[in-house]
Amino acid sequence: MTVDWHKGKELPVLTRGPVTRLDLVRYAGASGDFNPIHTVEEFAIEAGLGGVIAHGMLTMAYVGQLISDFAGPDSDIEEFGVRFRAMVRPGDVIICRGVVQEVMTQEVDVTRAKLQVTAENNRGETVVKGSARLRHVAAPNR
Amino acid sequence: MFNLDDKGGRCTVVSERILNQWSTPVKNVVEQGAVRKFADAIGDLNPLYRDEGAAKASRYGRLIAPPTFSMTFDYGEIVGADVTEAGLIHGEQTFTFVRPLYVGETVWCSARLTDVYTRGGSLGKMTFYLYERRCADANDETILTERMTVIGKGGAEQ
Repeated sequence: MTVDWHKGKELPVLTRGPVTRLDLVRYAGASGDFNPIHTVEEFAIEAGLGGVIAHGMLTMAYVGQLISDFAGPDSDIEEFGVRFRAMVRPGDVIICRGVVQEVMTQEVDVTRAKLQVTAENNRGETVVKGSARLRHVAAPNR
Repeated sequence: MFNLDDKGGRCTVVSERILNQWSTPVKNVVEQGAVRKFADAIGDLNPLYRDEGAAKASRYGRLIAPPTFSMTFDYGEIVGADVTEAGLIHGEQTFTFVRPLYVGETVWCSARLTDVYTRGGSLGKMTFYLYERRCADANDETILTERMTVIGKGGAEQ
C-alpha cells in the first residue's frame, strides 16, 4: 500500500464548536485537568482572564483529530507539537487546517510527511499553530 | 491540588537543584472506558478508539488511544517543585511517539522540570516552566515523550 502524500496537499478541514461551557466541563472530567480557569467563571475573572477559557489541550485534540484522520489507520503520528497563540472562549468556532510541507523517503518502504497545522477561531485569529510528522511503512514489513 | 485563594497562578520553585530530577514513575492503566470518555469529550469518533471489531481488524489488532490521551496520566510528584497549578496557562506542547498507546496496557509515567525562567512582558512578569514527561511500558521501553511549557503570572521565587 502506498500513500498519496505530496508537498502542498491540503488536509480536509475539520471544524469544531461553537465550544460550550459543557464541553469544557466534559473535557475537564475526561482529562483530569480541573484547573478552575476553564470552568469557574469567578476564578477566571479574578485571574485576569476575563472569563473562562478553553483548555489548550482541547484545541490541540481537535488538531490531533485533523492529523489522525489524514494519517488514516495505515500511518502513524511520530511527532505532533503546537504553540498556543490565543485563548479560546465559549462560543468560539475552531477551524483546523493543515498542509503537507515535505515528503521524505529515507528508507525503502518508509515514507514520512511533515505537516504544518493551524487552528483558527471564527474571527480569523490563529489560536494554535504547530507541526506534525507522519510515518507510513509499506506492507508487508510494517 | 488547587488553592483557590491563590489567584492567577502565582508559583514558587524552591530550588534550582530540583531541575532535571525525574519524578518516581507512576503506574497508569489505559482504561477502555477512560479512552472512550476522552474521545467523546474531544468529539473524535475514530473507530480505532471505540469499535473493538474495527480495532481488531486494524494493524494494531486492538483499540488504541487518541494522540493526546497521555494528558490524563499521573506523572508523579517532582520533589521540591511547589508549583500552584491553578491559573497557569499552557504555552507549548509537543508529543513524540514511538507507537500509540494500547487500550488495556499498563504504562509508567514520570516527569521532570527542565527549566524555569521569568520574563517581563506587556502583561507584567511571567514565569515559564518547561517540563519533559515520559511514558514507558513494563520493560521501560519508551512509548512517548512530551515537552510542555506552562506560563504563570509573576516571578518565580527561588
